Amino acid sequence: MASINALRARVESSLAGRIAAPFAYRDRRVVDTVSSGIREIDQLAGGLPRGGLTEICGPPCSGRTSLLLSALAARTAQAEVCALVDGRDGFDPAAAEAAGVRLEQLLWVRCRDIEQSLRATDLLVRGGGFGLIAVDLADIDPKTVRGVTLNTWFRFRRAVEDTPAILLLLEQESNAKTCASLVLRLEAEAAEWLTSCRPQGRRYIKHDSADTVLLQHPEIELSWTWLLGGFGVRAEKLHARVQPAKEIVFAGGPPQTVDKPEICKIRIEWSEPDLPKTG
Amino acid sequence: MAFACIHIPDFLLQAVARGEPVSPCPLTGDALRGPRSYRGERALALLDGAPPLCRVVAANEVAIRAGIELGMAKAQAEQFRGVEIWRRSPEQEKNAHAALLDLAGSFSPHVEDTAPESILLDLAGLEPLFGGAEKIARGLAQGALDVCRLDARVAVASNPDTALHAARGLPGPTVIPEGEEAGQFGPLPIGVLGASAEALETLDRWGVRTCAALAALPVLDLSERLGAEGVRLHQWARGAVRRSLALTEPGLSFEEALELDYEVVELEPLAFLLSRLLEALCARLTARSLAASALHLRLKLALPASATCDIGGIPRRQPATPRDDDPSRVVKTLRLPVPLRNTKLLLNLLRLQLQGDPPGAPVRGIVLAAEPARPRVMQGGFFLPSGPDPETLELTLTRLAHLVGESRVGSPQLVDTHRPDVFRMRRFVTREQTPERASETAPMRRTGFRIFRPALPARVEMRAGRPERVFFQGLRGEVLAASGPWRTSGDWWTKNSWQQDEWDLEIHFAASTRGPRHGLYRFAYDELRDIWLVRGVFD
Repeated sequence: MASINALRARVESSLAGRIAAPFAYRDRRVVDTVSSGIREIDQLAGGLPRGGLTEICGPPCSGRTSLLLSALAARTAQAEVCALVDGRDGFDPAAAEAAGVRLEQLLWVRCRDIEQSLRATDLLVRGGGFGLIAVDLADIDPKTVRGVTLNTWFRFRRAVEDTPAILLLLEQESNAKTCASLVLRLEAEAAEWLTSCRPQGRRYIKHDSADTVLLQHPEIELSWTWLLGGFGVRAEKLHARVQPAKEIVFAGGPPQTVDKPEICKIRIEWSEPDLPKTG
Repeated sequence: MAFACIHIPDFLLQAVARGEPVSPCPLTGDALRGPRSYRGERALALLDGAPPLCRVVAANEVAIRAGIELGMAKAQAEQFRGVEIWRRSPEQEKNAHAALLDLAGSFSPHVEDTAPESILLDLAGLEPLFGGAEKIARGLAQGALDVCRLDARVAVASNPDTALHAARGLPGPTVIPEGEEAGQFGPLPIGVLGASAEALETLDRWGVRTCAALAALPVLDLSERLGAEGVRLHQWARGAVRRSLALTEPGLSFEEALELDYEVVELEPLAFLLSRLLEALCARLTARSLAASALHLRLKLALPASATCDIGGIPRRQPATPRDDDPSRVVKTLRLPVPLRNTKLLLNLLRLQLQGDPPGAPVRGIVLAAEPARPRVMQGGFFLPSGPDPETLELTLTRLAHLVGESRVGSPQLVDTHRPDVFRMRRFVTREQTPERASETAPMRRTGFRIFRPALPARVEMRAGRPERVFFQGLRGEVLAASGPWRTSGDWWTKNSWQQDEWDLEIHFAASTRGPRHGLYRFAYDELRDIWLVRGVFD
């Protein structure tokens, strides 16, 4: 490794003055990115690139669907038409609407297997005009998805290149390799549970401290209730063509640039919309 | 002031010739009829009437030279070798006439429907739009050929009747300047004036055979011998009649039909025939600045619809849709979300529909009708994101429906009920939406939820009223945390009542089981059926 670095330094010094930074990668195209709806992901990855393929991979319960719904909500809020190719018909319209997705702007294609999913994706990318095309293969056996040839992903990427469409792929493992402009891997962290108490015989949820309730109503028999508060997600950027801007830090001296982290942590909250508010 | 007349010579023959494709039939290889085939080298005769009273009602020049006469019986006509016998088609005549009216309407708003084969137009005020009289005449003739597929004669004159008679008698686009009517009319036979048979016979006995000779007769003596008709013929022969047009309101019927001499059993030849009909329909719609909001396709079948015959090499998956009163006809309707008049797109949509629901029997006749509507006018905004092109989107949606099923493509719409996982699928239509303003506060990130359709059966071991262990899909897991039970119920006043207790469970799966190690799931205990189900997973 030291010899490679020394060799690189020698080549750069000999070319100095004629070619600046000969080993630096220059992206010829300016890639336009848009918000994913989650600030931490935008800071980590620079947003979702238009005209490219983005892979979101991870095991079940790792936050992939939450990220998908955030992206759909962000795009439909900007009056863009989106499409979802649902590989196993697992999309929940109620959860999507609660997440802010405008359902009338969403074309939902409910497929039965991966063959239908790929053909539907092909029709949509060739049709054009969609701001976001999401292909949800998260519930399909990884072995089956691995069987999809690289040529297919390359064809999809070529179809959306030079268009404003975002092609978002949800899987359990990364398969598109170099065809993807951005690859994010998500991992689930601990779930958050809110403990609350309720008076016996009544459905009454109070999010305050249980001690306060005991003091106020010592005669009421209480039973404990757990409420899902959300869960944490660890997102790692495996590959990106878009280089996010370096953060400029002012710390009393001259401004210094620091590299953006490759990993971030997100908290996904859950609140049941049907529950009565605390009185 | 100027008037134009579009006249179709041998209208009965041309109407039948119009309905046929011009390329060789893929089945027989015969050179099929086209708009000018009636004047080619082939001898053609047209029969009309019910057997045994079929008579020849029209014939082209080649057939007449071969000896065919009007009024000849079918058996006599068939004696002539090399003469093709066609059957008269009132439906084709109606469609041809409608196409002619649409063409006339695209040039002038003042049109007179004079006869099935003749249309008169008022050209007042059209010169700035279309150019001089000669240019208009050439445009009308070319339009009749391109749009209506009819070989027309066009004449322009200072009064309507002169234009009509000139179109009947003179070939090619003709312009008769005012004052020169007598000179242009002179050599024409009296037959072009539309005189009755008796008047023609009388004039022929007198040796009066041309319009010039008729115009030279004294009008008073002519009126004594032939009455008012004689006076009218005299004025027409001189080109001196002035009148206004009896204006016709153009109808809104757009229909094209085709009767076949052979049976079509494959989808490709059927699509080829449909493309011809669509071209004619779309041309007529374009001429009237209209588009199609729906297409109605009526297929006449050679066998009843219940016959098990495959068309297009694709076995029937669904039964055809016969009309109640005629089982040998199949009706298909294609509703369009936006008015269209793109021939290629409409053909692809019809082809996809026929692939999904074939007629089920050989086709002997096709009738294609379009519901007219104003084309959609869209004004895009600089700051609004562009959406899918409506025409391309319609084709994409049809192909997706063909791939996954019509009920599995569209926009989801939630239904006002507490029953879980209830929604309806609406037809996807793009609408103009206003982008939301960027919010200063960060939006709440809601947990995503994936539904299992259908819900997975499960077994749950309870302890102290709380799930302790779960088993589903070959997985065994310990419950780390549980939220519930959250009871929901509804529709108790109907037969489809439901009641369930929902639990949100954090589960740790045994190391020996394949699959995830950890997960957040929503379980439901169906009280009415006494079963546990896994509704979905938080992701």
